[in-house]
Amino acid sequence: MSEDVGTSTCKPKTSVTGEYSVTNPDQVLENVLENVLIFLTSRRDRNAVSLVSKSWHRAEAHTRSDLFIGNCYSVAPIRVTGRFKRIRSVWLKGKPRFADFSLMPADWGAHFTPWAHAMAGAYRALEKICLKRMTVTNDDLGIIARSFLNFKEIVLVCCDGFGARGIGVIASECRNLRVLELNEDEVLDEEFDWISCFPMEGTSNLESLCFDCVESSVNFDALERLVARSPLLKKLRLNRHVSIGQLYRLALRAPQLTDLGTGSFSLPEVIGQQQDENLELDYGHAFAACRSIICLSGFRDLAPEYLPAIYPVCANLTSLNLSYANIDAQQLKAVIRHCHKLRVFWTLDSICDEGLQAVADTCKDLRELRVFPIDASENAEGPVSEVGLLAISLGCRKLESILYFCQQMTNAAVIAMSKNCPDLVVFRLCIIGRYRPDRFTGEPMDEGFGAIVKNCKKLTRLAVSGLLTDRAFSYIGQYGNLVRTLSVAFAADGDTGLKYVLEGCTNLQKLEIRDSPFGDSGLLSGLHHFYNMRFVWLSSCRVTKQGCLEVARRLPKLVVEVFRRDEEEGGERGDFVNTLYMYRSLDGPRADAPQFVKIL
Amino acid sequence: MDQKKTTLDLFNNVDLATELRLGLPGTDNQPEIIKSSLSGNKRTSSEMGSSTCTDENESRFSPPTKEQVVGWPPVRSYRKNILQVKKTESEMGSGMYVKVSMDGAPYLRKLDLKMYQSYEELMKGLQVMFKCIIGLYFEREGYNGSQHVPTYEDKDGDWMLVGDVPWEMFISSCKRLRIMKSCEARGLGDC
Repeated sequence: MSEDVGTSTCKPKTSVTGEYSVTNPDQVLENVLENVLIFLTSRRDRNAVSLVSKSWHRAEAHTRSDLFIGNCYSVAPIRVTGRFKRIRSVWLKGKPRFADFSLMPADWGAHFTPWAHAMAGAYRALEKICLKRMTVTNDDLGIIARSFLNFKEIVLVCCDGFGARGIGVIASECRNLRVLELNEDEVLDEEFDWISCFPMEGTSNLESLCFDCVESSVNFDALERLVARSPLLKKLRLNRHVSIGQLYRLALRAPQLTDLGTGSFSLPEVIGQQQDENLELDYGHAFAACRSIICLSGFRDLAPEYLPAIYPVCANLTSLNLSYANIDAQQLKAVIRHCHKLRVFWTLDSICDEGLQAVADTCKDLRELRVFPIDASENAEGPVSEVGLLAISLGCRKLESILYFCQQMTNAAVIAMSKNCPDLVVFRLCIIGRYRPDRFTGEPMDEGFGAIVKNCKKLTRLAVSGLLTDRAFSYIGQYGNLVRTLSVAFAADGDTGLKYVLEGCTNLQKLEIRDSPFGDSGLLSGLHHFYNMRFVWLSSCRVTKQGCLEVARRLPKLVVEVFRRDEEEGGERGDFVNTLYMYRSLDGPRADAPQFVKIL
Repeated sequence: MDQKKTTLDLFNNVDLATELRLGLPGTDNQPEIIKSSLSGNKRTSSEMGSSTCTDENESRFSPPTKEQVVGWPPVRSYRKNILQVKKTESEMGSGMYVKVSMDGAPYLRKLDLKMYQSYEELMKGLQVMFKCIIGLYFEREGYNGSQHVPTYEDKDGDWMLVGDVPWEMFISSCKRLRIMKSCEARGLGDC
């Protein structure tokens, strides 16, 4: 530590009185401070510390080891490596969330390459990299693999641009690798056996291996051998090419697992491949041996007759993800009635309101629920409705986070949830039918969402849908002072809605709006706040180029990007801007913007 | 387990007392409250695919549309692809289903072409359904880089390579799909 402190040396000086001057007191303070700051981990606290004075700023920069950058374009890599010298872990986020829904053109940006190069030179002790929604190439992975001798963890969430070869390089070069997690990435099909790239001999340090999003099949023998010599492996998430028979073999080799992604959970596709053997296997036995499993996911091609195999582990489960399994209420009931300790549950709406009732009856400790639609089209009826939501609110009082897709909803049910579940931090209701009013009263959904912001005092994340008027947004502005993330789609009425939100939600960080009639006047009402935000996204709204130019003019440190989803140049569709994406940046507009992106 | 009622059932059953009046377009049962909140609201020109609804009332309360709005609902395409495979016979509705066979697979599947808006999405869907890898399409050479080549039978009964014609033309003429082994497909392109 101490060798990096400051650049000044402490030379004794003779002054007029013939006395030596004392060691620069600031130096002493910095030494002490650094030794204290090592213990400070929260980045908010650290940011506060760094603002106290120049020497505190320096001390903090020397002792920060975890770097979090919420928007990769908010700062240039060189500025980061210039300030922080001793980083051990990096968490970098790129594209905004709406990019997941095809609303962002393919080549928009968020490239990891410049960061890879910058960090390769600056952070030789880097151990951990987490990336979300960034484009990472195989070459980038190669740079990581070769630059950081002590590299231990790589987590890629919703990333793209790389393939099996890149994963293979990490596997073969990073001898200290503990964590390799690929989470909902788009991995290029390269027909390359990356599993075999792990060292074949000796004990492996692997603690976590997640490749459920990798579309191509893996070399099972190599996988089995890897698992067999990884005694520390706790988390293993297989892809859908792993059949239940293969899972069985892996489970027997890794009874210490706590987190398992089961792969297909059915028989292999090709008839004849070990089919007969599988019929004899007692899968329940294999699961019973895995006494430590508390988190279960996968079930990519579930053959429901095998579901009973998981009963032995249900009682210990705190997290269960069945969101790829098309099961009905009866099939779910048989499973869920054992799951008393469940805190996180992801499911398809195929379980219907009846299935949700069963969840409410048993899972009294539930904190997070996600209900995904099996049929994404806009229909009049859906398998889940306000009935299911109400049941959950009555049964799961400790609920903190909910994502609920449905076709119809009522204000009454949403209001009930706001009162029954006061601990809600995340409330995301997606009424798939656009502009749908309350199913029974025909009224807009304003009162329901209003009750949520009013009664759920800890709410930080909100997604609204259904028929909404300005009133809903006035509630959000009035009561949503803790809201940091707001998602709006197909909301009705005019500009005032946006004004209410921008003026009222003082903690707003991320605002994503699509297909709503918000225009320039609404946009300009946020000028006082945009510098405090991570980003603002407005697509298919009524914002004009003039409005955007005005924002850019008034806020020079804001990068104001305008583009069209279909990559036509100009960014406008008719009178209005197609997509507006803006964010603050310390280093001005990015140099890698493609042709169709106009930065104002 | 069939939870779906027909559209007409829905609109008949929810007419409770004087409250709900969601009628089909053309009926004059619109409640006052909804009418007033609608006035002056224009839907912005959005990425509506081929939706051509101009009448607001109609677009809000008409029978469910199967038009694909881009990125809506906000479900990642990864999930949509997986779920496509799961649709059961009873939920077919007015989809554009074609039989799909793959050489070497024991039985055929059915796939709703309407779920996709481009060749890229269709390829992804096929790869998920059959757990195969389809090569990259090149105009001159056909498909390169894997053992599987997608072909289709068109209206005239001919077997064609998927990808040559514009998407719209393809879905209107495709009667069935077959994923061939590329060694057999050589006859369609260069050897």
